Amino acid sequence: MAPDSTNNPSQNNPKDASSGESQATVEQTSPTRDTPVIGISPHKKMRKPYLEPSPTASSRVEKAKVSVRGLNFFYGDKQALTDNTLDIAHGKVTAFIGPSGCGKSTHIRSYNRMYDLYKGQRAEGEILLDGVNILSPGVSSLELRHRIGMIFQRPTPFPMTVFDNVAYGLRLRGRIPRSDLAGRVEEALKGAALWNEVKDDLHKPGAHLSGGQQQRLCIARAIAVEPEVILMDEPCSALDPIATGKIEELIDEFRGRYTVVIVTHNMQQAARVSDYTAFFFMGRVIEFGETEEIFTNPREEQTEAYITGRFG
Amino acid sequence: MPNHIDTRRRVLTNRLVMGISTLSAMLGLAMLAWILGDVALKGIHAINWDFFTKLPPPPGETGGGLANAMLGTLLLTATAALIAVPFGVMAGTFLAEFGHGGRVAAVVRYVSDILVSAPSIVVGMCVYLLVVVPSGHFSGWAGALSLAVIMIPVVTRTTDEMLRLVPTEMREATLALGAPYWRMMLGVIYRAAAAGMTTGILLAVARVSGETAPLLFTALNSPYWLDGLNGPVANLTVTLFNYAMSPYDEWHTLAWGAALLITVSVLVLTGFSRIILGTRIR
Repeated sequence: MAPDSTNNPSQNNPKDASSGESQATVEQTSPTRDTPVIGISPHKKMRKPYLEPSPTASSRVEKAKVSVRGLNFFYGDKQALTDNTLDIAHGKVTAFIGPSGCGKSTHIRSYNRMYDLYKGQRAEGEILLDGVNILSPGVSSLELRHRIGMIFQRPTPFPMTVFDNVAYGLRLRGRIPRSDLAGRVEEALKGAALWNEVKDDLHKPGAHLSGGQQQRLCIARAIAVEPEVILMDEPCSALDPIATGKIEELIDEFRGRYTVVIVTHNMQQAARVSDYTAFFFMGRVIEFGETEEIFTNPREEQTEAYITGRFG
Repeated sequence: MPNHIDTRRRVLTNRLVMGISTLSAMLGLAMLAWILGDVALKGIHAINWDFFTKLPPPPGETGGGLANAMLGTLLLTATAALIAVPFGVMAGTFLAEFGHGGRVAAVVRYVSDILVSAPSIVVGMCVYLLVVVPSGHFSGWAGALSLAVIMIPVVTRTTDEMLRLVPTEMREATLALGAPYWRMMLGVIYRAAAAGMTTGILLAVARVSGETAPLLFTALNSPYWLDGLNGPVANLTVTLFNYAMSPYDEWHTLAWGAALLITVSVLVLTGFSRIILGTRIR
């Protein structure tokens, strides 16, 4: 393992020049979708072809929403993350890949201070959200979680109706007139591409939906409160391929509106949905860069070994 | 060793053990059927309108009923539940949510487990010494208290177990939306555990509604209508105990009636709690 390698200046790739003109064809091959598209943004890009080198191989992003600097994380005496440094680009999708136990989830869970819940877990270093260090004691974790939503591995519908599930976060933030509430719930369900499937069953228990629908319900619940960042910790690992496809389409639509960070074990998924990818190994960020770059021309041997399936 | 002999032995052993198991199960069920049948056959004669509306008759006279005892048992059980449920639920919440691996939680959990299996007459004696003796008289309050002491550990441990069955992801998902801990407990976690907790409470109620020993030294009994919880309170179990020991046939009949009533209520409560547990939303 080469701890110093994270900050290596990137080597330029001879193939870089060839990428620019293929962009237009990418746009045309985009699948059309039947669900309403929210958050249309100028840089909305559909799925990128798997093999296409990016024009630059910079390890810093253009406009950082979250900047992680020297993050160390401890479970009691055991150090789980060592000197993690990377940027999460504003309005883009960033994927974390790496073998099990490498610290991806630990890393993502420090963005909303989920570890506050457990004794003996602590984070050191800096996580800057719009320039403010959220690890400093002055930052309230409740307010932080209003700005950073999270989707978990297993769908977690609350034991209440579909409507109340989506309204839960809204109600937490104070009283809202009934009519407003209904509108915001509908908007969130549409945003999660679930409205058409549940509009007649809003008052049935959320747990009666299928697994994929439950996960989209959780996404609706998260986006109902308009977070700035959405963390997804292996959101599709409990879902079948069709449900996974729907979640991936959603992530694609979120580009530009939300800053998305997704942990995934599925490298094709990382390649399909993300703009940037970080490869974690043994608690360190081994390589971070644009997704095309990571998947076509990784700088580190370990990254290449992992993405080509030689270990992990 | 030749294979076919081995197989024959295994088949034989299988049949033997299967036979013993079936026989044991049948024996247990037969006992239950016998008890239930006996209580039903002998108790059914006592069940009539008067049984539910009248006071017990003086010795040697026919007729009358146990209305005062039914009312007393209902009131004692309800009061006990009102004391025990808040205590038990809060203690269980402490164990499941805040006691992670702590020394206090370990001790509380251990003591609860001992209390669950403590002989109920010991609880009755304790309340007698701590409440009845200082106050100088038997009272419904003392009876309700001793029933509550029996209920608390049951409710505590059920709440503890049911809360710990709620997946961690549910807690994290709620907190990740920016919910404070108390709103997560009230709005999501208790709701997720509600069916199991209700079942635990109903089972605890069913258990104490059939208790005699803790009431013998506390609420005692009374042949009169209910007159508040400050004096002795009539109740079904002690009445059953007294009447069954009496030399009068009429009182024996009433005792069988009380036995049937208690058995049926406990069965209904238990069945009801199973239905709740069966329909819970997961």
